[in-house]
Amino acid sequence: MKEMLVILFSAILVDNFVLSKFMGICPFLGVSKKMDSAIGMSGAVIFVMLMASAMTYPIYRYLLLPNHLEYLNTMAFILVIALFVQLVEIILKKYVKSLYQALGVYLPLITTNCAVLGVTLLNIESEYTFLESIVNALGAGLGFTLALILFAGVRERVDAADIPKTFKGVPSTLIAASIVSIVFMGFGGMVEGIFG
Amino acid sequence: MNHLKVFTKGLLKENPVLVMLLGTCPTLATTTLVTSALGMGLATTFVLLCSNVVIALIKNIIPKEVRLPCFIVVIAGFVTFVSFILQAYLSDLYDSLGIFLSLIVVNCIILGRAEMFASKNRIGASALDGLGMGLGFTLALFIMSSIREILGCGSWLNISFGDWYEPMIFFITPAGGFFVFGIVIAGVNIIMNRMNQKPKESFSCAECPSKDVCIGTGEVK
Repeated sequence: MKEMLVILFSAILVDNFVLSKFMGICPFLGVSKKMDSAIGMSGAVIFVMLMASAMTYPIYRYLLLPNHLEYLNTMAFILVIALFVQLVEIILKKYVKSLYQALGVYLPLITTNCAVLGVTLLNIESEYTFLESIVNALGAGLGFTLALILFAGVRERVDAADIPKTFKGVPSTLIAASIVSIVFMGFGGMVEGIFG
Repeated sequence: MNHLKVFTKGLLKENPVLVMLLGTCPTLATTTLVTSALGMGLATTFVLLCSNVVIALIKNIIPKEVRLPCFIVVIAGFVTFVSFILQAYLSDLYDSLGIFLSLIVVNCIILGRAEMFASKNRIGASALDGLGMGLGFTLALFIMSSIREILGCGSWLNISFGDWYEPMIFFITPAGGFFVFGIVIAGVNIIMNRMNQKPKESFSCAECPSKDVCIGTGEVK
């Protein structure tokens, strides 16, 4: 149980996917302009990360590993993720209209989100068990959500501020992201301190 | 468009990182050292060149509906190939790039060029486009990593400046990556304003040149 909590909180705070591992920067910077789109994107990312981890683990463990095809993991995983995202989109569209309206726009964006492929590859690299992979994916998704929502709040203020013309737009966004990232550096060592 | 223009536009005028703001994840993650940044840039250039050529070759065979999965398979094949080569001959570089080598697959520059250029043009032009864009990407990584390594490690291309310089660790932290990228983009904005061109105003999917790829077949807005 303790190991699970360490994995979960490390993934959320210390090794935050966006702010310390640099995965999923495009949606982080692209969708953080408004709070409600940030929440929609985060929901879609958590869901797809969990499902992708749950699906890629058996594929790696029972299909690639016994046949000595470990080197095909990148190709197999990206195809599984692309297929899955497409499938979810079709199912949601047909049966769960309200959820589709909330998440639908963000789902296709996720195929090219490196955080989703990244979490499945990291699960394999860290030799996590099935349950640990799921917990790691949940932590990564929650960490993405936390970073995205905090940053959306920061950006709403930054956009209203009077900044020099050269720094308007993208540069000020990146420097704000840098400051949010410094905040997350403060969490380093905290998880080991609490659970260790 | 003549061939020289196809090649040079990726280097400066339509630089994928500095002007189009694509591929930000590897730009931030692999630029703490100049050597790993160059390795990443050249690996990506190789994948981009090969995938552009192959996609230009098979563009007429692929049905339109399944073109994106086909592109992804071609790209993933070359990425696997590059990681084998690096693992065998340049294992230090392989270790320092880590997971970002595999993540070249989802680099939106590559899928974007496949969709926007290689699937509509001849092989020669596609190869030049891939090479130009790849070298433009490498150039951007080189600029970013030079700033970060000189300020953050007190060395350049692993050549140390000596003891008189106290390195500023901030620049090799993730936060420093965002900061340096922000300053570099501000510099690009100054140059573009001088040349009377409009710099990109924000990161948003609406103005991203790869939006058709990400958002798929146009079913959703």
